[in-house]
Amino acid sequence: MPISDQARERLVADARTIIARYPVPRSALLPMLHLVQSEEGYVSPDGVAFCADLLDLTTAEVAAVATFYTQYKRHPNGTYTVGVCTNTLCAVMGGDEIFTALEEHLGIGHDETTDDGAVTLERIECNAACDYAPVLMVNWEFFDNATPASAMEVVDRLREGEAVVPTRGASTVCSFKEVSRVLAGFPDGRADEGVGAGTASLRGTVLARQKRWTAPDPGASGTAAPAEVVGAHVVAAGAAAGGSDAPAVPPDSDRGGTVAGKPAGQATAGEGASGTGTSAPKEA
Amino acid sequence: MATTLTPVLSAFWDADRSWSLATYENNGGYDALRKAVTMDPADLVTLVKDSGLRGRGGAGFPTGLKWSFLPKADGKPRYLVVNADESEPGTCKDVPLMMATPQFLIEGVIITSFAIDCHKAFIYVRGEVVHVYRRLLAAVEEAKAKGYLGENILGSGFDLDIVVHAGAGAYICGEETALLDSLEGRRGQPRLKPPFPAVAGLYARPTVVNNVESIACVPSIVTHGADWFKSMGTERSTGYGFFSLSGHVTRPGQYEAPLGITLRELLDMAGGMRSDRELKFWTPGGSSTPLFTQQHLDTPLDFEAVGAAGSMLGTRALQIFDDTTCVVRAVLRWTEFYKHESCGKCTPCREGTYWLVQVLRRLEQGDGTEADLDKLLDICDNILGRSFCALGDGATSPIMSSIQYFRDEYVEHLRHGGCPFDPVRSTLFEGAAV
Repeated sequence: MPISDQARERLVADARTIIARYPVPRSALLPMLHLVQSEEGYVSPDGVAFCADLLDLTTAEVAAVATFYTQYKRHPNGTYTVGVCTNTLCAVMGGDEIFTALEEHLGIGHDETTDDGAVTLERIECNAACDYAPVLMVNWEFFDNATPASAMEVVDRLREGEAVVPTRGASTVCSFKEVSRVLAGFPDGRADEGVGAGTASLRGTVLARQKRWTAPDPGASGTAAPAEVVGAHVVAAGAAAGGSDAPAVPPDSDRGGTVAGKPAGQATAGEGASGTGTSAPKEA
Repeated sequence: MATTLTPVLSAFWDADRSWSLATYENNGGYDALRKAVTMDPADLVTLVKDSGLRGRGGAGFPTGLKWSFLPKADGKPRYLVVNADESEPGTCKDVPLMMATPQFLIEGVIITSFAIDCHKAFIYVRGEVVHVYRRLLAAVEEAKAKGYLGENILGSGFDLDIVVHAGAGAYICGEETALLDSLEGRRGQPRLKPPFPAVAGLYARPTVVNNVESIACVPSIVTHGADWFKSMGTERSTGYGFFSLSGHVTRPGQYEAPLGITLRELLDMAGGMRSDRELKFWTPGGSSTPLFTQQHLDTPLDFEAVGAAGSMLGTRALQIFDDTTCVVRAVLRWTEFYKHESCGKCTPCREGTYWLVQVLRRLEQGDGTEADLDKLLDICDNILGRSFCALGDGATSPIMSSIQYFRDEYVEHLRHGGCPFDPVRSTLFEGAAV
């Protein structure tokens, strides 16, 4: 579907906003490719021509860039990209089983879209959430510690038009076009939604507080440190934690699906140590 | 005596609205900037040099030294570019940091820009983490509204604008010169060095490229001093850093600790291996760092000791695999990744990774011969040190180290006529039950 004159006028205004962010116009190309995807759901020949026109590039130059990056789609994408991490760690932890289950369940393979246009299935590379493996991404929002069953439930809901909620991200998953617009640098006002950190991210934070482990007291190290004490930050944070959006995580809780290893009390050494060569725990 | 955790950047990740400027200020945020703008910029560079901070993005180059390589100001622009393209398999520290407390990075960017006389800074974040991008955009707006960004910051006369730029899916853009090409609107392919970015970087102007965690450390160094930072870590690997435990451990996650902590200590904190199974192999710093085994449980995780033991500290991305895991399968998958992500610019990497995948597939399916192992090592020898950038070098790490430690397991695939492992036993959801 070609870009209408009306749409083009709107896109030109947005593109000028993007170009103005950079000292050199060509730097706007990646965000502009996200922008044209937000209009058409992929980078069409029209989208390529649009970018070339505004940046004074040839269509060959723009196409060379658009085909280099995996997030730019060369054919119409589904409303939701469902990406299963099948890089080594996630694959071993179950990503391969999840991908196979979705292939069979949806009847499509990698980079294919369901007939209803709802779901495009993808194998994705490491998405920087290995402590939550295996990981599923829906329109680049995190669905942590996925299973074949949880993944199939998510795609079923997406196909039914029901809202799905990421484990870490906005309170619902937006459409592919909406997310593409955010990636072009136009906020959707949803930054305050969702948690600050998930269970795995917080493991060290929570354990340290339980054990009263902190970074060294700058006053004690004999440096010309200001009055602010690191320990005070930790106390303040502890006080604030009661109202946290983050899931309350006992430090010795295990993630879902695994059998407990050693109890934390047995497993953790170093409690009550008054100092070490590398760090000096401070009494909070 | 056991090492303990030293949470600094992760100290209040569980606070209410941890990502907001208000929470950050309640925890001492922007005290460092107030102090920094009263200092001579050259003294800030010296301070970071004295702290011993080394780049947290994998290579470990001294951060302050990198800043000091910028030529004398000539009145034209110079840039700070933050590498937030976290994509190295296993690496998962910058994304949670930017999601939970993006203001650490923003304050670090402002102080660093002041130190190097930069007035336009860029944060290049990978495009596949949309909520992180939202949080960064909002963090910049909040800082601007409070006068920490924009014109005449805190009355100092210093002006700074930060652009948060989303990538579009390409591992190679984590390589600093490929990142710069990408930020200029091109295919992300590495540049010939020299000239280094400090001399001719973004738009051929002097540019500092630093990792997210490196920059996020800067405010704490300014506030508490170089000696405080050096009181953590080891002699030449100073300070604290994230150790990201993933895989077959009971409690995977982020553990912020002094450099030099050991896997044995970290495993104790993380509840040990799942189901008390045996540790088989692990990466100390992502898939591009040669594998370690049980014999490295007590290797201090600092740049020197890990290097001396035959690997690299990298990004402290500890991917941990137990004895249910087939090392050949793991290495094949990593190799497929490098083949997929090779940018195609240089022949050893483009062709070499393609060949490696074919030979490894054959071996994994039990169709190869023992001579294939020598062939793999020969191909690796022709990639390592002969590629345009470190991607090709990284591709050889899992192969060479796995053959070093697990040659018998490759041979077992040939004897068995295929993989002798049941992949289901390695999974999160089935593994414990089988």
